[in-house]
Amino acid sequence: MRTEAITAFDVHTVRKDFPILGQQVNGYPLVYFDNAATSQKPQVVIDALVDYYQGYNSNIHRGLHYLSEKATAAYESAREKAAQFINAGSVREINFVRGTTEGINLIAQGYGRKFLKTGDEIIISTLEHHSNIVPWQMLCEQTGALLKVMPINERGEIIFEEFEKLLTERTKIVSLVYVSNALGTINPAQTIITRAHAAGAVVVLDAAQAAPHIALDVQALDCDFLCFSSHKMFGPTGIGVMYGKERLLEAMDPYQGGGEMIKEVSFAKTTYNDLPYKFEAGTPNIADGIAFGAAIDYLRGIGLENVATYEHQLLEYGTQQLSGIEGLRIIGTAKEKASVISFLVEGIHPYDMGVLLDKQGIAIRTGHHCCQPLMGQLNITGTCRASFAFYNTFEEIDRLKQGIERAKKMLL
Amino acid sequence: MSGTSINTIQDEIIEEFGLFDEPMDRYDYLIDIGKRLPLMEDKFKTEENIVKGCQSTVWLHAAMEDDKVVYQADSNTVITKGIIGLLVRVLSGHAPDEIVNADLYFIDKIELRSHLSSQRSNGLNAMLKQMKLYALGFQQLSLKNA
Repeated sequence: MRTEAITAFDVHTVRKDFPILGQQVNGYPLVYFDNAATSQKPQVVIDALVDYYQGYNSNIHRGLHYLSEKATAAYESAREKAAQFINAGSVREINFVRGTTEGINLIAQGYGRKFLKTGDEIIISTLEHHSNIVPWQMLCEQTGALLKVMPINERGEIIFEEFEKLLTERTKIVSLVYVSNALGTINPAQTIITRAHAAGAVVVLDAAQAAPHIALDVQALDCDFLCFSSHKMFGPTGIGVMYGKERLLEAMDPYQGGGEMIKEVSFAKTTYNDLPYKFEAGTPNIADGIAFGAAIDYLRGIGLENVATYEHQLLEYGTQQLSGIEGLRIIGTAKEKASVISFLVEGIHPYDMGVLLDKQGIAIRTGHHCCQPLMGQLNITGTCRASFAFYNTFEEIDRLKQGIERAKKMLL
Repeated sequence: MSGTSINTIQDEIIEEFGLFDEPMDRYDYLIDIGKRLPLMEDKFKTEENIVKGCQSTVWLHAAMEDDKVVYQADSNTVITKGIIGLLVRVLSGHAPDEIVNADLYFIDKIELRSHLSSQRSNGLNAMLKQMKLYALGFQQLSLKNA
C-alpha cells in the first residue's frame, strides 16, 4: 500500500472541498472512479448556483434593473474566465453551448454545411466518441462529403503516417479527440494540426476529456475550433464552450434562430447579433454558466500542472497495481496517457465486474463508452473503465484492486 | 399439475434469500444460481430468441412438454444468468394457465429490483413479459386445439 504524500497539494484537504465524496455507498466509503463520465463538484461551484438563485436570479443582457445587471456581469465574467482558461484571443470566440456534443454539432451544421460540398473529405480517428462521429456522418449525408478514419495501433495510438496518407487537397475538416475517453490516449494534437493546416484543412479539437487534465492554449495549438464541457471539469452539467477562430465564426451562419441572437427583426428581414451572441439563441443557461466560471477559478487555483503531475502518479500506481491481477488486461497502453485505465478480466463480462464493484462502493463505468467503432476495432464489446481525478487517492486504488480480486473470486 | 406449485417455489426462494444480510452474500448466491442454470442448447441461441430490452444479451426459448411449459435461457453475463435462473426455477415446468396467472411476489420480497439499476430492472420486466407471452401463446394454442 502506498500512503506517503508526494504531491504538490494535499489531496485530503482537496477532498474536503467535495461534499459528495464523504458518503457511504452500499455500506462502504464511496470510491468515485467514473470521472471521465462526469466529475464531482466542489462546494464553491454548488455555492455559486445557490447564490445566483437566492440572490440575483434574473434574465440577462437586455435588463436594465439591478438584478439583471448583476447576473449579466457574472455570466459575462464566466465567458472571460473561459477565454483565459484556453488562452483565446477574444471573448467573441467563446460561444456558450450545452456541452461538447452541441459544440461539434454547431460546427458541423454552422460551418460544415455552409462550406463543404460533394467530394470534400472529413477525417476523424478511430478513437472518437460517438459525438465526434455522428455529427460528421449527418453532415456527409447532407453535403455528399466523405468521412475517412485515421487508424490506430495496438496500443491505442493514432498512426501518424496513415493519417498523412488520408490527407488530400479534398480534406476540408480534421476533427480529432484530444484525449480518448475510452482508453486515455493523449493524441499529438499539435503535430496533427500543423500537418492538417499544411494541407489546407480546418481542425476541430474535441477537448472534453482534455480540459480537466491538460492546460489548453488554443493560440499555441492553433486549432480552428475546440469544444469542452463544464461538467467534466468540476462545473455543472448543461454548459460548455465552442471556441472558434473569430474569422471562421464570422463566416458561419447561425445555428438556431430566436431571441438573443438577433440585431433587428422584421417580417421582411432579420439581421444577426455580433459574436458571440450570434450562436446563442434563447435565454442562456445563466446559473450553470456562472457556476462554470467558479469551477474554472477553482481548477486554476489548484493548478493544472499540479493536477497533471498528481494524476500521472495515480495512473502509474493504478497501472502497476491492476497489472498485478492475474487475468487482467489493460486496454489502451499509449505512451502519452491521461488518468484512465480501461481493463478486462479474462472470463468476466465487464457488466458483472461493474455491478460487484458497485456493491463494494466503487463506481466505475462499463460498456462501450460511446465508442462502438473503437470497440469493434479492438475486437471487444466493451471494457471496465476506472478514470481518476485529482481528488482520488492511492488508497482508493488499493480498494479497487481488492474489489476486483473479490469479484473475481465470486465470478470465476 | 406439477409437483411443486409456483408459490411454493417462490416461498423457498424468499426463505433462501432471507439467510443473507450482506448484499455481497446475496450476489454470491445469485451468481451461484446463474452458474447452476442448466445449459441452453446452442441451437436455441438465435437472434430471434434474444429478449429485447435487456442490456446484456439474454436468450429465451420455450417449448411444451407433457402440457407443461419448459423454458431454456442463457445470458452472456453471470448476474443476469442468476436472475434468469430464478425466473426459470419459478416458472418452468408449469401449465400455461398457472404461468399466465402467476403473481410473482418473490421479486419484491427479496428486493430484487432494488439491487438492479433501472436499466437492469427494465430488462427483468422484458424477460418476465416474454416468459408470460410464451405461456399465453401456448394457452391460446391449447384452447384452439381443444
